[in-house]
Amino acid sequence: MSALDGVPGALARLEARQALGRPAPNAAPVRFTLDGNEITALPGETILQAAARHDVPVPHLCYTEGLRPDGNCRACMVEIAGERVLAPSCCRYPTKGMQVSTKSKRALKAQKLVLELLLTDSPEPAPGVDSELNRWARQLGVSAYRLPRRAQPEPDLSHPAIEVRLDACIQCTRCVRACREEQVNDVIGYAHRGSEAKIVFDLDDPMGLSTCVACGECVQACPTGALLPVLTQAPGERPRPERVVESLCPYCGVGCQTTIHVRDDRVHAIEGRDGPSNLGRLCVKGRFGFDYVHHPQRLLKPLIRREGVPKDAMQLADPGRPLDVFREASWEEALDAAACGLQALHSSHGPGALAGFGSAKGSNEEAYLFQKLIRVGFGTNNVDHCTRLCHASSVAALMENVSSGAVSNQVSDVQYADCFLVIGANPTVNHPVAATFMKNAIERGAKLILADPRRTELARHATHVLQFRPDTDVALLNAMLHTIIDEGLANRDFIRDRTLGYEALAGMLRAYSPEAMQHICGIPAAEIRAAARLYATSPRAMIFWGMGVSQHVHGTDNARCLISLALLTGQIGRRGTGLHPLRGQNNVQGASDMGLIPMFYPDYRPVTDPAARAYFGELWGRADLDPEKGLTVVEIMNAALKKQVRGMYIMGENPAMSDPDVAHAREALAALDFLVVQDIFLTETASLADVILPASAFPEKTGTFTNTDRRVQLGRAALPLPGEVRQDLWIIQELARRLGLDWSHRESADVWQEIRRAVPSSGGITWERLEREHAVTYPCRNEGDPGESVIFTQSFPTPTGRAQFTPAEFRRGDEPPDAEYPLVFITGRILEHWHTGAMTRRAGVLDALEPLPMVSMAPAELAKLGLAPGDAVTVRSRRGSVTALVRRDPAVPAGSVFMPFAYVEAAANLLTNPKLDPFGKIPEFKYCAVGVERAATAPGVAGYGIAAEVWAGGEAEARAEGPAAS
Amino acid sequence: MAYPYRDEREVRILSAHFGDPEARTLAGWRQRGGYEALGQALALSPEQVTEIVKNSALRGRGGAGFPTGLKWSFLRNDGRPHYVLVNSDESEPGAFKDRELCRWTPHQLLEGALINAYAIRAQHVYIYMRGEFFEPAQIVARAIDEAYAAGIAGPDVLGSGVTIDVTLHLGAGAYICGEETALMNSLEGRRGQPRVKPPFPAVFGAFGQPTNINNVETLCTVPHIIRNGADWWRSIGTDKSTGTKLFNMSGHLVRRGNFEFPLGFNMKELIYDVCGGIRDGRSLKAVIPGGSSVPMLAAHELDIPCAYERVATAGSKLGTASMIVMDDRTDIVKQVRRMVEFYAHESCGQCTPCREGTAWLARIMRRIEAGQGTEADLALLVDLGKNMTGTTICVLSDSAAAPVLSSLAKFKDEYLALIGRAAPVAAAV
Repeated sequence: MSALDGVPGALARLEARQALGRPAPNAAPVRFTLDGNEITALPGETILQAAARHDVPVPHLCYTEGLRPDGNCRACMVEIAGERVLAPSCCRYPTKGMQVSTKSKRALKAQKLVLELLLTDSPEPAPGVDSELNRWARQLGVSAYRLPRRAQPEPDLSHPAIEVRLDACIQCTRCVRACREEQVNDVIGYAHRGSEAKIVFDLDDPMGLSTCVACGECVQACPTGALLPVLTQAPGERPRPERVVESLCPYCGVGCQTTIHVRDDRVHAIEGRDGPSNLGRLCVKGRFGFDYVHHPQRLLKPLIRREGVPKDAMQLADPGRPLDVFREASWEEALDAAACGLQALHSSHGPGALAGFGSAKGSNEEAYLFQKLIRVGFGTNNVDHCTRLCHASSVAALMENVSSGAVSNQVSDVQYADCFLVIGANPTVNHPVAATFMKNAIERGAKLILADPRRTELARHATHVLQFRPDTDVALLNAMLHTIIDEGLANRDFIRDRTLGYEALAGMLRAYSPEAMQHICGIPAAEIRAAARLYATSPRAMIFWGMGVSQHVHGTDNARCLISLALLTGQIGRRGTGLHPLRGQNNVQGASDMGLIPMFYPDYRPVTDPAARAYFGELWGRADLDPEKGLTVVEIMNAALKKQVRGMYIMGENPAMSDPDVAHAREALAALDFLVVQDIFLTETASLADVILPASAFPEKTGTFTNTDRRVQLGRAALPLPGEVRQDLWIIQELARRLGLDWSHRESADVWQEIRRAVPSSGGITWERLEREHAVTYPCRNEGDPGESVIFTQSFPTPTGRAQFTPAEFRRGDEPPDAEYPLVFITGRILEHWHTGAMTRRAGVLDALEPLPMVSMAPAELAKLGLAPGDAVTVRSRRGSVTALVRRDPAVPAGSVFMPFAYVEAAANLLTNPKLDPFGKIPEFKYCAVGVERAATAPGVAGYGIAAEVWAGGEAEARAEGPAAS
Repeated sequence: MAYPYRDEREVRILSAHFGDPEARTLAGWRQRGGYEALGQALALSPEQVTEIVKNSALRGRGGAGFPTGLKWSFLRNDGRPHYVLVNSDESEPGAFKDRELCRWTPHQLLEGALINAYAIRAQHVYIYMRGEFFEPAQIVARAIDEAYAAGIAGPDVLGSGVTIDVTLHLGAGAYICGEETALMNSLEGRRGQPRVKPPFPAVFGAFGQPTNINNVETLCTVPHIIRNGADWWRSIGTDKSTGTKLFNMSGHLVRRGNFEFPLGFNMKELIYDVCGGIRDGRSLKAVIPGGSSVPMLAAHELDIPCAYERVATAGSKLGTASMIVMDDRTDIVKQVRRMVEFYAHESCGQCTPCREGTAWLARIMRRIEAGQGTEADLALLVDLGKNMTGTTICVLSDSAAAPVLSSLAKFKDEYLALIGRAAPVAAAV
């Protein structure tokens, strides 16, 4: 290991790789001779890797870092003394004293012949494609063409994101391994044999029609440009990037590291970088969903609502025509107006009349300063963000029982697990790169228990698929807990030594036998017992959950059951075990850590704790901090309608799309006396603002972001700010100064210095280390600490050091189906669209892939209603109705409807129920009653003008130019 | 019963019952001493069984001639599941010995496989049989059923408490699946392409577990060795090539078929006496002594003993002892082109030198055969052929190059005759 010292992040990556179950024969450093020089190979290094590290180039094509070496191209052949035949250096590990020659006559001859054979049939590389084949051929002086070229296939341009040009394919199968072994999507195959062998998608289908999920791993893996990202409208045109910047993906909580390629101050392409959470992998959003930052609707100047234009919750402003409602203003004027408006309400109605929503999309530094501004400048704890809508109940249960809201084990730990439970989460869609590690674990032999009302993609890989009835999580989980006690599978030592409250739990569970619960949850008792046994008896078992667990009025109870499951079996505190609520936003963990929540200061110090108040009062220079818990997201909206909250500052959040019963939320926003919105687009929320401050987009800012794994990672600015856009950090500080705070302007690095004092669990993480290693896991209290990837190993951070069992009784959701609203409405996301769609629906590829609002229903339900796939339907609840196209989806259980909430033209949250979980204050997004009928008219293509341009293509143009266009 | 020809100089051990349908049944096989060796083996320790095979100096009959007992001894008693694979994917042009062993002596094969499994502590034998072997597959399947019914295979082999299951698996028509690691991939349901070695099958074989894979003929000899002892086997044949071997004789011979001789039997005698020489009074032009993938020998090179070491000295390989004999009318270029096309067709497409190289060889051979070749083409064939040897994951690439290189060395005049002018009229059969 010591040899890795000084290689930034190498240890974490090596660990993550080793966790992937690819042990190499050489566990210790090996001395051997390479081209006459004695060198040392590090543990696990092949001859090729050792040679590369010693600057001895050996041509190679089918090998690339991160993929299993396959040894098929035979370009890396070397001669080993005493061996009859040449050896592929990518697959061979050196042994002590081995004599290897990379440049012997025989080795060179073999290397060159391979390059010649491949070069002969390859086209000239497309402009801008840096073909590895051509690079090696140049290096070895290979150019002879002794045979004429054979006929080559035509390009396949059927996919909006990826061009397939198999004339340049050299059959190295890097794409096959990327697709099947890294991402485990199993789309790309190697068909036929001999010289007929070719890369195929599914059953040799056009790529655009195949089951490809466009993760682009194959594009990243391809050495010759046979698979290329579509970079421009002209197929084949490939301008080179001018610079590359090491940054992060702005979407989900997995925290993939990226390399941003920039040209003409625009994002040109994104590549996966070898970060510990992604090992170079990305998904379709991260790789292709970047052009939103250049969308024509970007806000470039501050805006102030025009005099006399009323706020209409029913008629939102057109984001393409902001000047209908707003007028442009200078920064000076807009900031003054924002500060004055808020200040006036503060003076007239007191601190409680103000509230702020920060964002889990912003950096830690932004979140920290934002909550500090609200607490110090406004004098209130009315500050919250969308964590309230995703994992508030999970955090409530975790704080209650183990006193820590973050994950106990990182995603990559799944590689050590023998079994893992995924419940109420659809990671192949919402955490796609995390899902790849889960699938890798299954390939390695781990067993998956998948529990979800929908039969999601992971079911294909699962040992047990528990497709329970919506809303019956507690019944199912209590039955599993019952089984574990009933069958004597509980970990008595762990319960005795490390927990409290077992007796109460065991007592309550007596009534929850699988035999009794099977009729409620719909899973046969034997299946429940088998799954419980598997989890309990596996040497190491892990639990992942998502919003299917948390977004219920009994979300906290659901999470309590999961915690009990881990405690009862002692499946926590070790590698490959533990509790992992998959965090949604890229910085939802960090924003919460920074205190962007109404009941906690940074580092989860309760606002009601006088000691905490004193500490932060001193740190922040305000002695009279608000001693009361603030209001949460939905509570703030309710208070706004009641005129208790009158002014708000919203940075990067879109409650007018993301809140439940969104018509109500829009009314609440419209009812505010004064609203300041800071965002990159005229969002549905911004359209109800008084002042809009144009904010910086992700690739324009530098800051830290904390992923689902408790990894603090550095995002770096790649682009200049467009127009008059300013950094969010600057905007917050300018507002603070106008609110009378004595804040000097500071960059992220400076703010981080203060955060280290406010958040001692990250206190050991220096900015320099982040710049060097890109990612550091907390807890990391002291400088130089490696960071703890597994927590709770010895004790829990509770006053007693023990974890608590909290029994949870089964109870129903708030709004069960009835005769008028006979179906269960489940909301969620789809792979291509992020959250409310503000970004992804303005990303060309993503909106082209999924341009239309849809509802998914079981085939049987469609038949019952006489509907065919693609028919327009109206979905209505007690709170509203939307029209969308219906999709036939056998994964959705009969009696239910699934709808993504990313589409403004059919906002699913117009229907959802704002009823809250009493502990986490999270609304019940996953369960309400709806009816579905055939719609009178089809929904038009709406979005933000992308789909029409890219996807509908000619048709859209014809429509725009035709006489019928209006 | 003669099958189809018999020669009194033969030493028939494996083929003693060829042509005798009664020997196919369990009862008939037992009457002929069947399964006595299995009982004897079960009374020994697995290591003792391996030791006997080792001492017999038996060499694998699949073509490479690797010492069988040594291969068995590579497996460690480490508690992991072990597998025995029977390579019955006989597909080499010229080879037809395993087919006959399966057809006539299925229990001989089973007995050898069960002894093999016992010796390496495997609980499962997979017989991977070429898909086209329809009749042999039915016969072997019946024998397996009989063996299970009689308690010879299954949970308690001959009452010993040892479990050995036997599964017959049919291939689907790919020559490459006869390569041992491609066979494992195919058996596992993966694409049938060879694996990079190391790791070797003894460490990472079928289903990722320690595996011992043997050819049908190899396993058929094992019961005889157990029954009669290693010394007896070593007393037959030469020092380095012990025992008898089936010789599959094909081509322009008067008598063709399988003949069993001690290794070391003279090749010339085999061709001219045992097989009656060349048909139609023609003379011999060339012999491929060990299946299509070994270098050919010219008529004057045949006075050698058929032993692994001696054929190697002569510049070829005994391989599977599948001799293809060609008479003086044979168009060598055409024959080589056909062989090259076979390999080009059967290449799995994995390694560049093989995937591209076999296709190149075939294109050049066609060009030469069509009278459009040049002398540069001959140089290219040699350059290519040499670089297709020892540079790929398996030896299919070497096999494709072998007939090209050896024919160019020995029959270059036939190539030169075709260069620049039309092909000669005299065509082969």
